[in-house]
Amino acid sequence: MELAIGLILGACALGAGLAMIAGIGPGIGEGNAVAKACEAIGRQPESKGSVTTTMLMGCAIAETTGLYALVIAIILIFVAPQMLVDILVNTMSQLPK
Amino acid sequence: MTKTSRRFKLVDTFYIVMMILPLLVGMGIQVLTKPQSDGIALTGARIFFTIPMPIQNFPVTESQINSLLVTVTIFFFCLYMVHGISERAKLKRQLIAEWIVEQVDKLVHENMGGVFRGYAPFIVAMLALSAVSSLSSLIGLFPPTSDINVVGGWAILVFILITYYKFKCGPLYYLKSFTEPVALLAPINFLSEFATPISMSFRHYGNILSGTVISTLLAVALSGLSALVFGWLPGLFGELPWFRLGIPAILSIYFDVFSGCLQAFIFAMLTMMNVAGAYPQEEHEARKQKKLLKKQRKNENKQVA
Repeated sequence: MELAIGLILGACALGAGLAMIAGIGPGIGEGNAVAKACEAIGRQPESKGSVTTTMLMGCAIAETTGLYALVIAIILIFVAPQMLVDILVNTMSQLPK
Repeated sequence: MTKTSRRFKLVDTFYIVMMILPLLVGMGIQVLTKPQSDGIALTGARIFFTIPMPIQNFPVTESQINSLLVTVTIFFFCLYMVHGISERAKLKRQLIAEWIVEQVDKLVHENMGGVFRGYAPFIVAMLALSAVSSLSSLIGLFPPTSDINVVGGWAILVFILITYYKFKCGPLYYLKSFTEPVALLAPINFLSEFATPISMSFRHYGNILSGTVISTLLAVALSGLSALVFGWLPGLFGELPWFRLGIPAILSIYFDVFSGCLQAFIFAMLTMMNVAGAYPQEEHEARKQKKLLKKQRKNENKQVA
């Protein structure tokens, strides 16, 4: 029983950590977007306002996949262990001895 | 500059008090109902009480109360800004209010086009609600936007608007729009229809919540560090978490102020783009013209007969 609960907690933490690997993609993507925006502003300083607005919008949309991973990680850390342990305890109590 | 009457000043004071009062009430509720616990804990919105309902019980949570309080604050702020406006601007606040209205009008006109001119109040209401909700974490309230139920509600509202504008040309045209490039892609188009509200709500909620989580982790780490460094001091000096004075504020500038305002802006921008993109304007206008022509012909036929 204790071993099973420990396994559940450990697996949830590992899963949350693995889910956050998805943070690499948005990082690279947003870096690219900002680099290009800097280039554009350097070439045409008068269009700074619209370039900045568009860049922020693009960054926010590129961030989406990373945020999906974040939500999954948060669910795995804060919600899943309690739920899985409850299920385990319930099934163990119903088993015939 | 004319002398302001006493009544005017009284009403002004009332508006300002009503602006600040909800936030103070929120802080009071926080102080009175927060359970005393040792250390810092990451918790979701606390449930105050539940109202029994036929299908499922309706829990009244912190996020609902706080978003109502924020709404009251914004309401009285708007009343304060437009109080005593006249044709010739006498008050400074009238200029600020006019500037805000002009900016929002310009933003909506640029991003949505002329047909959606009337959407400016809706967009700025969403923007203000989202921004003030996120910023309310600065005074220690639970930010309503870090609860997915609140943001999900807004996203569903936007989804209904999008679907309404897609239905403008009749249900058949709406169904046909799923098979847009090729008919084979219909299931994917159907899924992407539901991806819009999910991604909008997750983006907003994830950003605010991640700020809360990181701030809390930093607070825990700093109190541990100060216990390690100053723990040997006698009495109160050893117990106080010295490192938590001021240092988390630097992170809070990014995670609470910048991120909150940016997410509010992005939510409003995405709302504008999605709603404006959903409206098949040319098709709708062409159909209107056709209908008008048909009516005219009918009338002519009647007159002839």
